[in-house]
Amino acid sequence: MKLITAVVKPHRLDEIKEALQAFGVHGLTVTEASGYGRQRGHTEVYRGAEYTVDLVPKIRIEVLAEDDDAEQLIEVIVKAARTGKIGDGKVWALPVDTAVRVRTGERGPDAL
Amino acid sequence: MAPAITLAAEAPKLSAANTGFMLICSALVLIMTPGLAFFYGGMVRVKSTLNMLMMSFISMGIITILWVLYGFSLAFGEHNGLIGWNSDWFGMGHVGLTALWPGYTIPVFVFMVFQMMFAIITPALISGALADRVKFSAWCLFITLWATIVYVPVAHWVWGADGWAFKLGVIDFAGGTAVHINAGAAALGVILVIGKRVGFKKDPMRPHSLPLVMLGAGLLWFGWFGFNAGSWLGNDDGVGALMFVNTQVATAAAMLAWLAYEKIRHGAFTTLGAASGAVAGLVAITPSGGAVSPLGAIAVGAIAGVACAAAVGLKFRFGYDDSLDVVGVHMVGGIIGSLLIGFFATGKGQSTATGVFYGDHTWTQLWKQCAGVGAVLAYSLIVSAVLAFLLDKTIGMRVTEDEEISGIDQAEHAESAYDFSGTGGGVLGSAAHAPALAAAQTRKVDA
Repeated sequence: MKLITAVVKPHRLDEIKEALQAFGVHGLTVTEASGYGRQRGHTEVYRGAEYTVDLVPKIRIEVLAEDDDAEQLIEVIVKAARTGKIGDGKVWALPVDTAVRVRTGERGPDAL
Repeated sequence: MAPAITLAAEAPKLSAANTGFMLICSALVLIMTPGLAFFYGGMVRVKSTLNMLMMSFISMGIITILWVLYGFSLAFGEHNGLIGWNSDWFGMGHVGLTALWPGYTIPVFVFMVFQMMFAIITPALISGALADRVKFSAWCLFITLWATIVYVPVAHWVWGADGWAFKLGVIDFAGGTAVHINAGAAALGVILVIGKRVGFKKDPMRPHSLPLVMLGAGLLWFGWFGFNAGSWLGNDDGVGALMFVNTQVATAAAMLAWLAYEKIRHGAFTTLGAASGAVAGLVAITPSGGAVSPLGAIAVGAIAGVACAAAVGLKFRFGYDDSLDVVGVHMVGGIIGSLLIGFFATGKGQSTATGVFYGDHTWTQLWKQCAGVGAVLAYSLIVSAVLAFLLDKTIGMRVTEDEEISGIDQAEHAESAYDFSGTGGGVLGSAAHAPALAAAQTRKVDA
């Protein structure tokens, strides 16, 4: 199994959710996040005093996937999240040892 | 301020129209103080919003009482050029309901309450420079003493029938000297004593709510018509109407000028710039609006807008922490408005004095304005600094560093302005508070 994590622009959430549902993903976790990449946030001006706002709002989406689906899922997320502008975010995958459905105790792929 | 001298051969009679107008103007001036509270409150960080609101709001309590008890008598009684006194006005206990303000068609009570509103907002203006760091008890004591030994004498100098500046011919229609330079210089004096906020020039201190700032600026603009147009104390000769028009056009010009300045200088038309420009224009037209023409008012506003926008950056250059730019907006705006009378006074408004550009093209009025500005600035700066120093050495002016970092609202008022637990930010926080809440309710039942 793989854990796919995507840190992306908040306003892409709906598109990503719809794309994942169309792909057949049953569940996901969304967290509000903040951070920056190469573009380092933006500048705001208050009475001439300039503030560099480094940490910009992001959302973090986490999805568990079977190994065979992982690569395709990453593609689905990347396609739905992309605006082509700076700050579109990142997607990565990590191996997962175990997953358990809390209600039933099912393990492994059955728990997804 | 209109001269407090009887000019008419015939004794004036009470005018219902002028009295009604002045009662409305007094209410308009009062709303400037909560307006100021929101103007300032939006500019601070979330953790000190309530303290900022309270520093203005408390002035409506303290100064009201002080003014009725002795402030009005000291400011407007006749005694000598430096301070006034009238024992009939002590506590306002011996004033007839229909007794008229000398030379005018409105009751003494109406003039007293109109002036009370000026006395309320002036110390509140100072608070913007002291955001985040002053003990509330020390602030209450400070404004009580400051109003007594700074505001009251200065009001007497500028507006009292026997005040030295008034007799010299210094023009201060509605308070550029007595209110704005006075408060701005006091703010500078106090911050030189109490020092900077923790993290000044290092931590970001962005305004937490620009919508609140805009609401406050809007209320200030609205209330300012009472402040300015009411200062002629009636509507019999059109000067009040001139003042109303000048207030509007100077404010508009200043807002546009500030926005143009910052677009050129910083690349954006900011909301805070629009609100600040409007306030700078209101400040600058306050002393001058009764003396200049509407075109002169546009010039006054535009000059003030650019100058104040440039001035607010000085705190970073000089390293003094005037948190919300009371010096940059009120002191600088007040000085500009007061001095420009020396150039733009037409001789057709509140007095026949003319500026450099009108009449005999003499510099006489400008020198008079300089005398008024310089005296008030120096007196207020020095006395306020001494007052802050004495309070700091006795009861202490500042909250502790820990309290300042964790937020003055919690430390001084035991409250917080906003509850974020419903927005995903305080799930753990609200759970932790639950037992304390239950305990408090239990105690209440026990009692």
